[in-house]
Amino acid sequence: MENRKRIAVLMGPPALFLLFLFVLPLAIMAVFTFRAGSFGAQREVFTLDNYREFLANPSYLRLLWRSTGIAFIVSALSVALAYPLAYFIAFRVGSRKVILLTILVIPAWTSYLLRILAWRLILGSNGVLNSILLALGLIDEATPILLYSMTAVTITLTYVWIPFVALPIFASLERINRSVLEAAADLGCAPWQAFLRITLPLSMPGVLGGFFFAFIPTLGEYVTPLLVGGAKGVMYGNLIQDQFLRGLNWPLGSIMSLAMLLVALVLMALFVRVVRVSDLVEG
Amino acid sequence: MTTKPTLNGLPAVELRNVYKTYPAGRSEHEVAAVNGVNLSLLSGEFFTLLGPSGCGKTTSLRMIAGFETPTAGEVFIQGQPMSHVPPYRRPVNTVFQNYALFPHLTIEKNVAFGLTVQKVPKAEQQRRVREALELVRLPTVGQRKPTQLSGGQQQRVALARALINRPAVLLLDEPLGALDYKLRQAMQLELKALQHEVGITFVYVTHDQEEALTMSDRIAVMSAGKVLQIGTPIEIYERPNCRFVANFIGETNFLDGRVTRTNGNRCTVQVADGLEVSGSNYSAAAVGDQVTVSIRPEKIRIHESRPEPQPNLFEVAVDRVAYIGSDTQLFMTMPYGAKVRVYDQNELSTVDENYFYAAGDQAWISWRPENALVLKD
Repeated sequence: MENRKRIAVLMGPPALFLLFLFVLPLAIMAVFTFRAGSFGAQREVFTLDNYREFLANPSYLRLLWRSTGIAFIVSALSVALAYPLAYFIAFRVGSRKVILLTILVIPAWTSYLLRILAWRLILGSNGVLNSILLALGLIDEATPILLYSMTAVTITLTYVWIPFVALPIFASLERINRSVLEAAADLGCAPWQAFLRITLPLSMPGVLGGFFFAFIPTLGEYVTPLLVGGAKGVMYGNLIQDQFLRGLNWPLGSIMSLAMLLVALVLMALFVRVVRVSDLVEG
Repeated sequence: MTTKPTLNGLPAVELRNVYKTYPAGRSEHEVAAVNGVNLSLLSGEFFTLLGPSGCGKTTSLRMIAGFETPTAGEVFIQGQPMSHVPPYRRPVNTVFQNYALFPHLTIEKNVAFGLTVQKVPKAEQQRRVREALELVRLPTVGQRKPTQLSGGQQQRVALARALINRPAVLLLDEPLGALDYKLRQAMQLELKALQHEVGITFVYVTHDQEEALTMSDRIAVMSAGKVLQIGTPIEIYERPNCRFVANFIGETNFLDGRVTRTNGNRCTVQVADGLEVSGSNYSAAAVGDQVTVSIRPEKIRIHESRPEPQPNLFEVAVDRVAYIGSDTQLFMTMPYGAKVRVYDQNELSTVDENYFYAAGDQAWISWRPENALVLKD
């Protein structure tokens, strides 16, 4: 009984928080998908027209798939770049771990917007990258193609996520018992074989965690596309934002949001299934 | 597979003048974990490195495995120098102290790991995994994960995982350390039988003297990075060559004194004014040398009343009596103040009501000169 009380006390506040600020709004949004309009009398009319509209316009779903693809590429790139970083800090730096981890996280202390705007300075027509390419004689005139494109969005978001992806990978690498790696060497594994057979599988929980740390916010991302994406770099998040703020079509916006949520959940379930995280975690 | 271990032939492992020093941390001096060790292990023997923690036994083992590189000297395995051979190319396998099983693989895949890396055909792998698991008497756990097994079972899996590769030498780093006492005793006998069966050279690291005495063909006693004595369990226990070995293996009494006469292997040591002890001298102590005489507590006889005159007979006072079932430990004081501990086997404790001594009793003790070892340091 004592124990149950303690759990209630500990779990209560976060549970209430989630209930009122997450579950309830989602439920409201779900109800909104059936309303005929955002305001007045139309609010009280319930219909399936919004769903028909959503499905009738193929560009909505096309953008959702495209954004899913971008989120996938960004997350995969982040993992690919963050893994060596995490590996280096976990295995190769000894007592300087804390310093390097701090350096890794420091950029995250500055404003997210500032960091994205900084990329405009790097990628823009008069930006650092163009200047260097010009100075090296690799290009004849400044090219704006780097900015205002999907590439720019991908580069910027990958940069933003790397520290967040590196941390869970680092944590899972830290948890690996070093004698297990010695055992692998003892049983005939060259270092690269030991990495593939032991280190990588044992760090999969961190890799997956990091991947979804990047994947889920990227899927709904709308600020970065707005600032560095231009017309070619529009993402599904911008579409949703438009429905709510400019189009004032809350029912359609709600459907779009829930569709995105569905995609994220299905992908996550699939991934977890395939890699069988539970097996790894149970150890 | 089932040949008896032969104690002749080429050395399976040899350490020649091996040093391992670690760079100084905050202290001024560098730390010597292994300080000039020479060892030569015969093929097929059960060889134990025995010593207290920090004596360099594990570091020595890790240099044979290849996890540590000697600062100086050379490790040979089957006559081949190992300095440029990484762990994964050495013909040895290790049973780790904490077993180090792969947590993400089933028992079967753990055991097969070495064969998988060597790309042994699947069918042969399966056959050998089955054999290896039968050898360690765990034929049914193949599909489970390491965490689903008890400590003792994990220990056997670690053994199977190493032995399946048929290494020239098996290295065992305190493999029984994490098991409870009864299980440890059972595993000691099992390990010895297993070693006999597979005929592989075992190098066994432990700080537990009982374990070492029970299983080993030969023991190297180590302290502070050096090997103090190498010998069979009987040699190590019955004829320790120094104070440390005598004290570390089993229990003993030390009487300090100076040599007054020598005669072949016999010598007389004056331990106090007018009080002389006669003992066996295997350490070439000469007249005038400061020495320690070591007498094991079970090799001292007790007399209730003054017996016939004989060598090494002393009147003592009983200070304390501790009954421990199989025998009684008596703590006594010699006439000149030295303390002596005696183990008296409880042979007649059920026959004689007045069998036990009590504190304050007077008694006489004696021992054979053969049982009093004169040690130089």
